[in-house]
Amino acid sequence: MLKKLSLSAALTLGLSATAALAAGGAGHVEDYDFSFEGPFGTFDQNQLQRGLKVYTEVCAACHGLKFVPIRTLGDAGGPDLPADQVREYAKLYEVYDEELEDFREAKPVDHFPESALENAPDLSLMAKARAGFHGPYGLGINQLMKGMGGPEYIASLMTGYVDPPACAPDDFDGYYNRAFTAGGIPAECKDENGYSKIEGSWIGMAPPLDDGYVEFDDGHENDLENLSKDVSAFLMWTAEPKMMARKQAGLTGVLFLTVLAVLLYLANKRLWAPIKQRAKDEE
Amino acid sequence: MVSSLCGHQTWFARKIREEMSLVSHADDHESTRRDFIYYAAAGGGAVLTTVAVWPLVNQMNPSADVLALASIRVDVSGIAPGTQLTQLWQGKPVFIRRRTSAEIEEARATDVSTLPDQVARNANTGEDVIATDENRSIGEDGEWLVMMGVCTHFGCVPLGDAGNFGGWFCPCHGSHYDISGRIRQGPAPENMHVPVAKFVDETTILIGEEEEEA
Amino acid sequence: MAGIPHDHYEPTSAKEKWLHQRLPIVGLMYDTLMIPTPKNLNWMWIWGIVLTFTLVLQIATGIVLVMHYVPHVDMAFASVEHIMRNVNGGHMIRYVHMNGASLFFAAVYAHIFRGLYYGSYKAPREVTWIIGMLIYLLMMGTAFMGYVLPWGQMSFHGTAVITGLFGAIPVIGESIQTWLLGASAVGQPALNRFFSLHYLLPFIIAGLVILHIWAFHTTGNNNPTGVEVRRTSKEEAERDTLPFWPYFVIKDLFALTIILLIFFAIVGFMPNYLGHPDNYIEANPLATPAHIVPEWYFLPFYAILRAFDGDVWLVIIVDFITFGFVDAKFFGVLAMFGAIAVMALAPWLDTSSVRSGRYRPMFKWWFAILVVDFFVLMWAGAMPAEGIYPTIALIGSSYWFAYFLIILPLLGIIEKPTKPPATIEDDFKAMYKKDRSASGTPAVSPAE
Repeated sequence: MLKKLSLSAALTLGLSATAALAAGGAGHVEDYDFSFEGPFGTFDQNQLQRGLKVYTEVCAACHGLKFVPIRTLGDAGGPDLPADQVREYAKLYEVYDEELEDFREAKPVDHFPESALENAPDLSLMAKARAGFHGPYGLGINQLMKGMGGPEYIASLMTGYVDPPACAPDDFDGYYNRAFTAGGIPAECKDENGYSKIEGSWIGMAPPLDDGYVEFDDGHENDLENLSKDVSAFLMWTAEPKMMARKQAGLTGVLFLTVLAVLLYLANKRLWAPIKQRAKDEE
Repeated sequence: MVSSLCGHQTWFARKIREEMSLVSHADDHESTRRDFIYYAAAGGGAVLTTVAVWPLVNQMNPSADVLALASIRVDVSGIAPGTQLTQLWQGKPVFIRRRTSAEIEEARATDVSTLPDQVARNANTGEDVIATDENRSIGEDGEWLVMMGVCTHFGCVPLGDAGNFGGWFCPCHGSHYDISGRIRQGPAPENMHVPVAKFVDETTILIGEEEEEA
Repeated sequence: MAGIPHDHYEPTSAKEKWLHQRLPIVGLMYDTLMIPTPKNLNWMWIWGIVLTFTLVLQIATGIVLVMHYVPHVDMAFASVEHIMRNVNGGHMIRYVHMNGASLFFAAVYAHIFRGLYYGSYKAPREVTWIIGMLIYLLMMGTAFMGYVLPWGQMSFHGTAVITGLFGAIPVIGESIQTWLLGASAVGQPALNRFFSLHYLLPFIIAGLVILHIWAFHTTGNNNPTGVEVRRTSKEEAERDTLPFWPYFVIKDLFALTIILLIFFAIVGFMPNYLGHPDNYIEANPLATPAHIVPEWYFLPFYAILRAFDGDVWLVIIVDFITFGFVDAKFFGVLAMFGAIAVMALAPWLDTSSVRSGRYRPMFKWWFAILVVDFFVLMWAGAMPAEGIYPTIALIGSSYWFAYFLIILPLLGIIEKPTKPPATIEDDFKAMYKKDRSASGTPAVSPAE
């Protein structure tokens, strides 16, 4: 009962990918490469700007980014738009002003709007909320060794609208997606214990991207996979805008501590040397 | 406390020396190297502790969202001559007044030497500039006056188009300001302050200092 | 019992004497810092310092986070994002605090298992052990309430599940649960009080830590041999011990630096690895995640909680003879708290005449299985409660109880321990004697 309840809830609210692990279905997540992977990886500014364009022209119609201040589009390490472009960009949105008690044009200090549709989840933290590949067997190896996380999932979701498996009836509600696991699965595609026999499930969102949906001024490739990766990278930035500062701090910390560890090792060795020597001599 | 710690040091140093003498031929060279390691480790630990404490202090400085409000852009295209707009900036009201030519004339005719406060109090000019209207308003023509809507007495918000001098009147303790925002009568010690402000295009005033674009 | 004889602080100057007569604080610090410590402590005796440091770290970063956090159901999640995005260095402070909890538990488990192996809980150190268990319980409470504060999906529904445990208590359970939450469900009252208690409990922990240290400074440290320091004279004691400062302070600081190095690598490069991604979704009472999992450090006990379902014959019998008073749900709760209670009772369940596991040939194996069991339970707790996993959890839980309730008491009777060295000094010397003969391999591995 609980499972059923949460399944339907997950379908309507687009809940966690990990949720579906319990329901037995597995999703197909491609291990795409991103510039920000690994301890020294950084965001690709051009990719973030392309991703922003994809978000603006496609995702923003339904999905919000309510935790992201528009001004941060100008932050170094992020999309790094010039200040006047950030101001221009803000004007695309209307936000509710509590003082005016009315909607007005957004300013850079405002946040992106909330989702326009009730069942479209906010995307601000999506790349972190969908990072749950604790497989295989719950040991977290994929995440640890391959660096797989939210961006891979999002890109896989964008490219995951493939032909439904043969077991499914034609009129099943939603769109088949091989990466999405939290959706509905027709009874025909389950085994006798209620476990899914197929990859992925049916999602409420129509395929949002396709080859050439968004054009870039610099003529960058805009096939489905590239668009998907660009918007995933952008969403990784919205989820973790301080990633580069964090890695830098981590590296500094590790280096400092390594030096201190060496010094303390030597000090400790020196300190104990006479004690140990005496133990040997007296033996 | 300090002296007793030194007490340990000497006690400990004595102990070490005893132990060293048992085992090796502790010559001067050895002991210098030994001390160096101890000092280096202590120094490294001290540096790292200091570095680690800094974020805990720095987090209390204004955060990015607060800093982002250090400057605002105000669209003034809707303000008719003889009216004013009150804009909240950093938690304080800013008066933006578009003055009529009569008001400008009146403001500019005032003899500065008769004023209680003869300093312009304008953040855009130097500190010791006299309180002529030219030194307080924006631009040559003086059509626009931007100032903090905060009475210099105890910080109340003065009322517009009021008082004995056709400017502002503070209801708290009865300070009268003229149409250039200068104190004329009452307990306020200074003219109302003019913040950093400038036109960035025909109809937009930028109040406050904008971060330098990289 | 008489402490280990050692030099005490003697005020020399007039100023020192003046203070010492009024407040002997320098003497107290001296005695604490110069406490005679067994020479032969190995690298498993570092966790105390790591834990003390982590407590300070968590309090320091926590107080700073409070300056920006808002304990309100509508604003808590957003205020955490404010910390992550706007506050100077806020993302690092928050990640340090978040992963600091993991460091705390990793260190406390190492500390507890060290105590279990070397018999640190045995007389005369029972009080140290019990205070330690109280600290551990408070840590769990603090960590749990801290996890509620970001007000993500896992915070919210995890709270519902954990407070629901109290609801399983017969008769009074529901009133207790309502009292805990201040409402019939998790909401603003719960968030606010958990915030208050999350702030308070660490200071109580700090107080208990002082008692914990006081207790083992009274009995003296245990050591890998379990042999007591000789105390008949100062000279003899000095052959077994070294002052804590500088010998063990420097050693522990070196170990702490290594631990922090790993910690910082995790914070810097994979800060969310140990957390659950669902907690980056704002709490929504209308949608329950299908798979609620607590943080990794609760998983072994969570597995025990879920292991005893209505199909287990023991549960059925207990249900029957208590006329349904103890049902499967309540049984699970009792088992979970019981798992910690039996651990706390270890001093009275262990009948062996020898303290350290090093000289107990059979015990070693049972202990090794217990360590493995702990990790198996942790893994089983993370898995959905279906298929083979409940069975694994049940076997694991049974072993946990069997270890403390059956194996520990029996081993003392049937096992023939080997002979520990006569003195700590002998053990220390033997370490370096072997060191010379056996081609460089250290006699005692750090993680023995």
